[in-house]
Amino acid sequence: MRTSQEAIALQVRNLRKAYPDVVAVDGLDLEVYSGECFGLLGPNGAGKTTTIEICEGLNTPDSGEVLVLGRRWGQDDRALRELLGISLQETQFSEKLTVAETLQLFRSFYRVGPDPTDVIAMVQLQEKAGSRVGQLSGGQKQRLALACALVGDPELLFLDEPTTGLDPQSRRQLWDLIEAFKSDGRSILLTTHYMDEAERLCDRVAIVDHGRTIALGTPRELISRLRAEHVLEFALAEDQVVDEDPLRRIDGVCAADRRNGTYRLQVGELHRAMPALLHELRRQGVQLAELRTHSATLEDVFVSLTGRNLRDE
Amino acid sequence: MSDKRGWTDHPLVQLTRVRYREFFREPEAVFWVFIFPVLLTAGLGIAFRNRAPERTVVAVVTEQPAGGRVADLLRHEDALDVMLLSDTAAKEGLRTGEVALVVVPQRGRSLEYRYDDTRPESRTARLLVDDALQRASGRRDRVAVEDRLVREPGARYIDFLVPGLLGMNLMGSGIWGLGFAIVDARKKRLLKRLIATPMSRIQYLASFALSRLTLLFMEVGLLLGFAILVFGVPLRGSLPLLVIICLLSSLSFASLGLLIASRAQTMEGASGLMNLVMLPMWIFSGVFFSASRFPDAIQPFIQVLPLTAVIDALRANILRGAGWQTLAPELTIILLWMTGSFFLALKLFRWR
Ligand SMILES: Nc1ncnc2c1ncn2[C@@H]1O[C@H](COP(=O)(O)OP(=O)(O)OP(=O)(O)O)[C@@H](O)[C@H]1O
Ligand SMILES: [Mg+2]
Repeated sequence: MRTSQEAIALQVRNLRKAYPDVVAVDGLDLEVYSGECFGLLGPNGAGKTTTIEICEGLNTPDSGEVLVLGRRWGQDDRALRELLGISLQETQFSEKLTVAETLQLFRSFYRVGPDPTDVIAMVQLQEKAGSRVGQLSGGQKQRLALACALVGDPELLFLDEPTTGLDPQSRRQLWDLIEAFKSDGRSILLTTHYMDEAERLCDRVAIVDHGRTIALGTPRELISRLRAEHVLEFALAEDQVVDEDPLRRIDGVCAADRRNGTYRLQVGELHRAMPALLHELRRQGVQLAELRTHSATLEDVFVSLTGRNLRDE
Repeated sequence: MSDKRGWTDHPLVQLTRVRYREFFREPEAVFWVFIFPVLLTAGLGIAFRNRAPERTVVAVVTEQPAGGRVADLLRHEDALDVMLLSDTAAKEGLRTGEVALVVVPQRGRSLEYRYDDTRPESRTARLLVDDALQRASGRRDRVAVEDRLVREPGARYIDFLVPGLLGMNLMGSGIWGLGFAIVDARKKRLLKRLIATPMSRIQYLASFALSRLTLLFMEVGLLLGFAILVFGVPLRGSLPLLVIICLLSSLSFASLGLLIASRAQTMEGASGLMNLVMLPMWIFSGVFFSASRFPDAIQPFIQVLPLTAVIDALRANILRGAGWQTLAPELTIILLWMTGSFFLALKLFRWR
């Protein structure tokens, strides 16, 4: 069925959607290339679900343009839907049906696609094929939702938080699935709160906040834009404070800030910054309660752009 | 990849099977749709079964000397149960309804009848008592008469009741069956998920109609079969016509259910609306007693209710064997409700 090989699987230009009390999407642009996995990252309420549902043709924008596999919604929606696989943020499938029955139902809507039993095996629900959906665990339900998205052999896959609530092992299994899907030259748009997931799966990511794209690129690009490969965090023994300005002047430190009593330094060269930091703290006469370092992640990109944590409310 | 697919893989077949599965895997729904109406019929049928004709209770006042003689005369009458009471006790009996009529012998040979002329059994008692006493005093009948007793099935309360319960059941399963299933799917965002596939929306709605129609045969068959076998309710009309009445009624109530469910976002909202729609019909449409007992002023309203038309048509077909022409007005009303609510529902329906 895959005939067209558009260079761009999904194109969104200047998308806007306002609800009575909030502008959910505020002039958002994005492009998903064919064969790529594109990630939408952002805190709660950033407008990810609104954006993805507009792309899925389930919500209408106030303005802006959406091209899905080169087509617009409202022309031949049914033909377009044959090519899309969709997993919504929260869907409860009928609890009285079994896993196999649910997939049979969804398979019946598509002209072509794999056998339901194959899809069940793909998401590793074979043991549960005969169980009622109502008796599945949260993670198993997520895998069922993914199976329902795959059962029409889609060209473009929309996944809204596909791994939220999964245990680490199931998440890794799901990543393998998504990677296998991608290696067939098909495209994915997904949203997630997990930075490791985005770094591992996504060729490119857009960080979205208040309905706008605030950063766009490959995970590596975005992280390298920080000009600091490491993040150094420390906390002081009870109620002590330290003057931040001298910290910023330490060789190898690119930025420093303090939130909730934790100091956070973005550091280019850890081996030079660390001794200097310890020296400076001793000079100010304060005691460390905690000291951590990690390699910079997308989370740090987000924090440095907005001053907030991704999973803050 | 599989492209060759059997007929069971057709979306309409799959969707309809989902309807069955959802219904039969819900024991409560099965109880209310299949078992409860039969239990109700059994209960009411037993409570209102015909007994030997009841005897009418009349009292004769003892204060007058002629009382005892009058009472003796009346005791020859089989249909009367005669009591001798004091004047005050007789008054009390009239007030409580235990006594249908009081005979007060007057001075001379004249009599006084005390009774409430709005009570049918009192009027019957008046005729029986007067007839017995006049004949005992020498009145002769001029015309020879002969009584032949005919007790026909079809004129009993149970016969009246069964079509009413049938109509009520068709309404309940149509409106509840569709309404709850759709609002539930909307609330769970399953509707949204379904329209994200290439599924045809018309086929989704059609699956409800299809499953309704097949469940209908079980529903009607069970209730009518029980009524016929156990209570001997007659089936006088043509069977094809009965089937058509049931099909149209069921579709009409299903459309109404669809209309009610077209916007509701919560179960509470939906069940409130359903009760609002069904309550007037439970009251006015003549399930348990004839709708014609309501005042003339509201008759036009009652007559256009779908359940009134359904029950009238069922009664006419089952009890009187009425044909197509006679039922044309009822069938028209049912069809209008069906098409009207269906198209309005399509216009209003929210898939998200
Ligand atoms: N139907 C709606 N009516 C009114 N406001 C809405 C509606 N849907 C979303 N919103 C608002 O739009 C904003 C964006 O919501 P959206 O669901 O797109 O966020 P999100 O990025 O998916 O968040 P999360 O990570 O929590 O899923 C939120 O402020 C939300 O309250
Ligand atoms: Mg969301």
